[in-house]
Amino acid sequence: MDLYEHQARELLEEHGIVVPKAEVTDVPQGAREIARRLGGRVVVKAQVKTGGRGKAGGVKIAADPAAAELTARQILGMDIKGHTVRKVMVAEPVDIEREYYVSYVLDRATGRFLAIASAEGGMDIEEVAATRPEAVARIPVDPGEGVTTARAAEIASAAGLPPQTVDVLVRLWDVLVREDALLVEVNPLVRTVQGRILALDAKVTLDDNARFRQTRWGDDLAALDDEGDALEAAAAEKGLNYVKLDGEVGIIGNGAGLVMSTLDVVAGCGARPANFLDIGGGASAQVMADGLGVILADPGVKSVFVNVFGGITACDAVADGIVQALETVRLTKPLVVRLDGNNAVRGRTILDAHRHPLVEQATSMDGAARRAAELAHAH
Amino acid sequence: MAIYLTKESKVLVQGMTGGEGMKHTRRMLAAGTNVVGGVNPRKAGRTVDFDVPRDLEGLAGAPSAVPVYGSVREGMDATGADVSVVFVPPAFAKAAVVEAADAGIGLAVVITEGIPVHDAVAFQAHARARGTRVIGPNCPGLITPGQANAGIIPADITKPGRIGLVSKSGTLTYQLMYELRDIGFSTCVGIGGDPVIGTTHIDCLAAFQEDPDTDLIVLIGEIGGDAEERAAAYIRDRVTKPVVGYIAGFTAPEGKTMGHAGAIVSGSSGTAAAKQAALEAAGVRVGATPTEAARLVLDQLRT
Repeated sequence: MDLYEHQARELLEEHGIVVPKAEVTDVPQGAREIARRLGGRVVVKAQVKTGGRGKAGGVKIAADPAAAELTARQILGMDIKGHTVRKVMVAEPVDIEREYYVSYVLDRATGRFLAIASAEGGMDIEEVAATRPEAVARIPVDPGEGVTTARAAEIASAAGLPPQTVDVLVRLWDVLVREDALLVEVNPLVRTVQGRILALDAKVTLDDNARFRQTRWGDDLAALDDEGDALEAAAAEKGLNYVKLDGEVGIIGNGAGLVMSTLDVVAGCGARPANFLDIGGGASAQVMADGLGVILADPGVKSVFVNVFGGITACDAVADGIVQALETVRLTKPLVVRLDGNNAVRGRTILDAHRHPLVEQATSMDGAARRAAELAHAH
Repeated sequence: MAIYLTKESKVLVQGMTGGEGMKHTRRMLAAGTNVVGGVNPRKAGRTVDFDVPRDLEGLAGAPSAVPVYGSVREGMDATGADVSVVFVPPAFAKAAVVEAADAGIGLAVVITEGIPVHDAVAFQAHARARGTRVIGPNCPGLITPGQANAGIIPADITKPGRIGLVSKSGTLTYQLMYELRDIGFSTCVGIGGDPVIGTTHIDCLAAFQEDPDTDLIVLIGEIGGDAEERAAAYIRDRVTKPVVGYIAGFTAPEGKTMGHAGAIVSGSSGTAAAKQAALEAAGVRVGATPTEAARLVLDQLRT
């Protein structure tokens, strides 16, 4: 889960990293009040989980509280790369002397975290790395040892950062480990004209798998995650693994890989998948009913494709689940079912016997995808 | 021969007495696996009966009675086990793998889904330092059809043969195993869909290349990371056996996790198109659908 800038800022502050004074609001009037508290001149920053806010006009300086209100009014509601701005952070301005880049990222190739640091902060680090690789230091961190003061000094020196950043590097590692983060990135980390080291902007991604031991996330952070799609929220409430897409063929399958593949095969047939939904190994009647419910609530859906490979759960059990689900869910769109694998013939017989007018079967994944695409286009 | 797992393998199950552990230990036994024990400190000394005959060939023999040991070390000392299959819940998985590695097990197959990445980073480094191969986590395990099954792969959808398969995805593995059931497989390895895994595509490619019982390799990948790109480079330089590929996730939007924790396109990296291009540049034929990949395998075997 990605955090908003203001959430990341708070997390860093809790771990003793100096950040600019700032507050968050979702109304223009609030920006005026915050600006007044911060001394008048402020930076108003759109809170969206995407990069390039500055270029999109989502970060602006306001000279006084009245201007802060006006600026917040412009930014709130703005669309930045498909994300609607619902909150702005109003922060004290900082007199920047130098901008640096520091982050800890997971290096999947080695299964370790990497420290990445550069004395050329403030811009897209991937761009810096591509054009001037020698300006970016990449140092693997031993998971047993972590980032000690000595290690941090090594990172700072490799990247050409001043010695005052060593403390930030150690504390940032603390954020990564203690908060179960997959990424912490400060860009820019700045030295002010007054010589202070400040984390001006931060990005933090938390590990969803660590929820069980990071209990406070559930209350604080999930509640603040208001950017999500309504259908995704409804699906999450039912424990479904659902991602909303922008298409017309609703998709249900078992297993993440098979579902991803199903989306591709449908797209290959000239239709657009409406969603990703992995119902996992069980495929019980309840899960099937919940899944169908969410998919049929999507107004874009014109047909639904259920693609199940019976491995551990045999196809007759899956077919029973579908039949039971159809007793509780009113089917409003044509449903194409492909059952293959263990007991496939028995499963197909069960569905045939049920004779639902909107349900049809196909024996191959490719054939079923073609049919689901045809049905979507016919509507 | 096969890779990593044969009928000689002696398998311990960590978390055998839990619901999933019981269900899949039974299935592993039914597939002919030599499951020599379970591990659970609170149930040490007991024996669990599974209604699976020990002697499968003649379907004779007594139901399997599997002893429970207090630790991996105890189980290894008593049985000579060399493989452990881990079914323990996410919160305890790190301790389980560390215990298995400390006991000196050769192979730990971690089925558990939902392990925090920091735990995976820690236990992978620990296991590597002690010479323990980890497969997974968040994987279906591996099967050498007709010999042994360590994990949750359905054993009855295919048969022994000469195709080696390595995959990030469980159900896509099953799909290909089933489509190619008339040809059969030497070993199928599900390496898992997490960002940090113990055994990679490259490890399996190297093992299949050396395996005299494998003639052709199927490689299944999906969005996220650059494991497939690195595998492509390895194939170009080191693999002489034919490789057929399949990649899932062409339609996945940027920045969304697609079911597997590791299946995410970040910016312009980790895309399916880049992976397919890298594999094709290395001479791998890549199917547009799983069925087409199966057809490419048949074509290749005919030539």
